Amino acid sequence: MEKIPILRMGKFLLVTIQVDLYDQLAENLEADLVQMVKKTDARGVLIDVSSVTIIDSFMGRILGNIATMSKIMDAETVVVGMQPAVAITLVELGLPLKGVHSALNVEKGMELLKSKILLEESENEEEEDINDDDDRDTDHTQ
Amino acid sequence: MTTTGTPIILSKDNIKILKEQDVVPFRNRVREYAVKIGMSLVNQTKLITGASELVRNMLKYGGGGEVQIHVLSRGRDNGIRLVFQDQGPGIPDINKAMQDGYTTGKSMGLGLPGTKRLMNEFEITSEMGKGTTVTVVKWKNG
Repeated sequence: MEKIPILRMGKFLLVTIQVDLYDQLAENLEADLVQMVKKTDARGVLIDVSSVTIIDSFMGRILGNIATMSKIMDAETVVVGMQPAVAITLVELGLPLKGVHSALNVEKGMELLKSKILLEESENEEEEDINDDDDRDTDHTQ
Repeated sequence: MTTTGTPIILSKDNIKILKEQDVVPFRNRVREYAVKIGMSLVNQTKLITGASELVRNMLKYGGGGEVQIHVLSRGRDNGIRLVFQDQGPGIPDINKAMQDGYTTGKSMGLGLPGTKRLMNEFEITSEMGKGTTVTVVKWKNG
């Protein structure tokens, strides 16, 4: 049975789809990925589709499912490297891939994931910072 | 439209689709023909994505079938015609099936209306108990 490899990189899971998927393979990837998110406590999933030449409604639904399922399990999903022709076709097909974050390449995708997780982690600290700022402001006016 | 009238068929080919694993080789065959006539990447992607939707319908609802691939010539323009034929149960209400979001399965119901948007010509005939035939054409410069 063929499988799409899922690589772990720190808090993230990395998937590079190098072949055009038939439906069963895509469904397996969806199941494997959600299992892996749980198993590795991953905070982000990065899917590289730069070698994918077609995304039809089925494959689009799988990508959407992965993003939704990961979100429920507290992980963000970013799809990177989509070919322009694929993007044009997806929109005309009527599949705007709502809820799926995207980035131009793997590097930018990683940055996006990191920034999303940092944002969450620093929210509590920010509240404290705001109080500090207020103090400083009052100092200035005096 | 540059020219009208019945296009000439330059070559014919046909592929049987009986199982899911036949889909990827079929898509590749269609792509080969599209590349041969010099179709742009965007149109190739639209053609193959649409073909992928129709071939899935044929497998899922029609129990598999046969696809004819015609290379067409119409004046200076070339194109690809695909005829999807199955001996399945047929579609009871074609108008309904052509609506965005209508589905009897668990899909998103984008297959038929989405494919129509991706192609230049789209025709569907269905007879209850006899089967369904979908004919699509994508022109090189369409």
